[in-house]
Amino acid sequence: MSTTARRLELGRVGETTRRVDAIPKVTGEFAYASDLFAAGMLWGHTVRSPHAHARIVEIDISQALAMAGVHGVLTHTDVPGAKTYGLEFADQPVLAIDRVRYFGEPVALVAAEHPEQARRAAERIQVEYEPLEPVVDPERATEQEPLHEENPTAGHGFRDDQRPNVLRSIAIRHGDPDAEGEVSVSGVYELGMQDQAFLGPESGLAVPDGEGGVDIYVATQWLHVDRDQVAPCLGLEKEQVRIHLSGVGGAFGGREDLSMQVHGALLALHTSRPVKMVYSREESFVGHVHRHPAKIWMEHRATKAGRLVNVRAQILLDGGAYASSSAAVTSNAACFAVGPYSVDNALIECTCVYSNNPPCGAMRGFGAVQSCFAHEAQMDKLATALGIDPVELRLLNALAPGDTLPTGQKVSGSFPAAEVIRRAAELPVPEAEELPRDPIRLPGGAGNTTHGQGVKRGVGFAVGFKNVCYSEGFDDACAARVRLWKGADDELVGEVHCAGAEVGQGVTNVILQVARTELGTENVALAPGSTADVESSGSASASRLTWMAAGAVRLACRDALAEFEAGRSAVDVQRTYHHPRTAPLDPETGQVKGDRVHVAYMCAAMRVVVEVDVELGLTRVVWIGTAQDVGKALNPQAVHGQIEGGTAQGLGLALMEEIQTRDGLITNASFTDYLIPTTLDMPPVEAELIEEEEPDAPYGVKGVGEPPTVVSTAAVVSALRDATGSELARVPVRPDELAGL
Amino acid sequence: MDVVTSQTIGVEVNGTTYEREVEARRLLIHLLRDDLDLTGSHIGCDTGNCGACSVILDRTLVKSCMVLAIQADGASIETVEGLAGEEQLTPLQQAFSDHHALQCGYCTPGMLMSATALLRENPKPSDEEIAKAIQGNICRCTGYWNIFEAIKAASE
Repeated sequence: MSTTARRLELGRVGETTRRVDAIPKVTGEFAYASDLFAAGMLWGHTVRSPHAHARIVEIDISQALAMAGVHGVLTHTDVPGAKTYGLEFADQPVLAIDRVRYFGEPVALVAAEHPEQARRAAERIQVEYEPLEPVVDPERATEQEPLHEENPTAGHGFRDDQRPNVLRSIAIRHGDPDAEGEVSVSGVYELGMQDQAFLGPESGLAVPDGEGGVDIYVATQWLHVDRDQVAPCLGLEKEQVRIHLSGVGGAFGGREDLSMQVHGALLALHTSRPVKMVYSREESFVGHVHRHPAKIWMEHRATKAGRLVNVRAQILLDGGAYASSSAAVTSNAACFAVGPYSVDNALIECTCVYSNNPPCGAMRGFGAVQSCFAHEAQMDKLATALGIDPVELRLLNALAPGDTLPTGQKVSGSFPAAEVIRRAAELPVPEAEELPRDPIRLPGGAGNTTHGQGVKRGVGFAVGFKNVCYSEGFDDACAARVRLWKGADDELVGEVHCAGAEVGQGVTNVILQVARTELGTENVALAPGSTADVESSGSASASRLTWMAAGAVRLACRDALAEFEAGRSAVDVQRTYHHPRTAPLDPETGQVKGDRVHVAYMCAAMRVVVEVDVELGLTRVVWIGTAQDVGKALNPQAVHGQIEGGTAQGLGLALMEEIQTRDGLITNASFTDYLIPTTLDMPPVEAELIEEEEPDAPYGVKGVGEPPTVVSTAAVVSALRDATGSELARVPVRPDELAGL
Repeated sequence: MDVVTSQTIGVEVNGTTYEREVEARRLLIHLLRDDLDLTGSHIGCDTGNCGACSVILDRTLVKSCMVLAIQADGASIETVEGLAGEEQLTPLQQAFSDHHALQCGYCTPGMLMSATALLRENPKPSDEEIAKAIQGNICRCTGYWNIFEAIKAASE
């Protein structure tokens, strides 16, 4: 095979640039967290609960401790500092204390010379459980015994809801919540529990520093918040715990919470040896939080002409055993329940409950995905009831700058919803394909044993929106540090430090493009992410990192350059960027207590063509066209990549992805049983970027990662409904529903 | 009691010959990653579904988590580390970079091995043939379309 020269193109803001990590990733040189190695390292293993809910009577580690190769066995009594941790609320035990609340909850840890020794020793740890009745039905959770004796989320400014197991509840009352319309449609919608299913399972390496501290090399989304949770559990000062970003094999929200960080560090400090932990795929399924399953009751009231009068929604989210980021998911589900539409009246009630189901938290589009599936089904239903074209109905009600959202926030800045709807609707749909044809292009692919007699075509449409960055008064910030000096030939050389996690989304390129643009030189390098070198960047979440990192790097570069040009020969500048401040919601009315509860909004519209074999219940998504409000595309090729990948995840939720549980136990923790779209499931995605610059953001950017995932589940199911005429009120849609059984 | 049976095997990987003593139940992926330090092939699922560990064994594409190391005794194996020369990428590798056919990149080595095997057998594959050839490789980031475009570009 012939070869071509290795090349790397450099570029500035707004230009397509090849990924900085592309060459190490195509040659196999790129080191993921699972590839780490340290001389003399041990292997850690986690003992996990086989019960969804049980009291721990006794833990006997003596047999395990006596086994060859075993250097340490730890339980909750060995946690030297805080016994619990959490992203927002410290309600999750590092190791279970007297009770386990979910299937797979960590109970004990083992470190051994070899991973197999560690696994075998784990099997010899004898935990005596007394099983308890699990709380598994979210609709009954508020009437059952509380899973946490004191509500961990009480007293944080949330609505005072005294029902047991309420993690957070929100009521948004907007206008006259009883306002009547001339037409009303309603429905009950459900979404199953989706998994992030990033391809590189959780892993990391903890190395004791010999002075009581520890370095942790790990695949994560937010280095500093990991540190801030790990250090108290170890009983250490923050400076004694240094978190370093290792190669990340995808994240999608699933690496926001801690996985092995505290566990690995506990074992490393206990044994005075480096300790590596790598989860199997099965362990990964219980080792991170999932997308919240939801049940949504919705009623839309409108005039005969199609103007929305009142939207009433009740949303129930299952948060599982611990809080994770459920509070933010609850807020999103409530705030975006109406969709990107203008409506004068609304009553939105959203409750997230604790249960003994797997803990749920962040996943791409968190909260907005669930609501979008419901509000878009409703808009299609309303269009049918009124005899109005579904795209026209959406245009008629499209939210625009100056309009007021149900939270009372007035839309400011850029929000081209109508343009996004128009552009997506104008994309030409491919012609229907003749039969017979290659079976791989039939619904179900080679699994379709017919000649396509039962195939029906459907075209669907949906619109979705979501906030960028963190909200509700959280002081969201990002730091960057820039060093400048004169290199050979007196040329300016720059080094950027920013802890923003490269999880695959391409933030490394964004940081370097901004630095090259601001410094006017190609001689810029990005140092590895570490809590030891730079302040927090905030999380690689909520579509925020392009905006925040661009803001921080631009600020630091400009100030560094000014100092350098003032005559200093070497400059080292750190700056922190803040986006416009947001304000919390009033706990009783759900109305914003200031100008804005969210920084800004981004939207996307999507048109989907499907074929359904209505006799066999099999599907084929033929084509997807989308228009997305992106603010300004800093790296257009990477933006298209985000749109295509995000769309695939929403398609997965529509058609196949669901974590199945029975009495709280996960029954399909493998890629054999949890299905993910393959090349045979994913059609081409034709994407139009709508670039209308966001005035409050650096270079006019917005976020791009989440809107395609928010809208695609709704859009795919809209097309399935068009093909089948069935209501299809639950995702993932099952073959028997498509076949009308 | 545990009975450990091991055997000395010889394999050629990317042109280099290795001799190692392996336990009978050791998987090829662990031989490559842990014994030979060739960590470019990845473990994504442990169950033969994701394809991140795909390698070419005696000119046949295999998932190396589904092959025992001793089954590879005497075999010639190609992994992602063997694709590029010191200074040069293969057209497929370059096309993956040019077409943004990777994000996190965890699936990329396996995807490249599947595509390399395809183009050797079939230098001008149709769209359907490309889709079928990489259907056993899961990518969670890209939505596949850029991977598809990269393989097409490399085949032209």
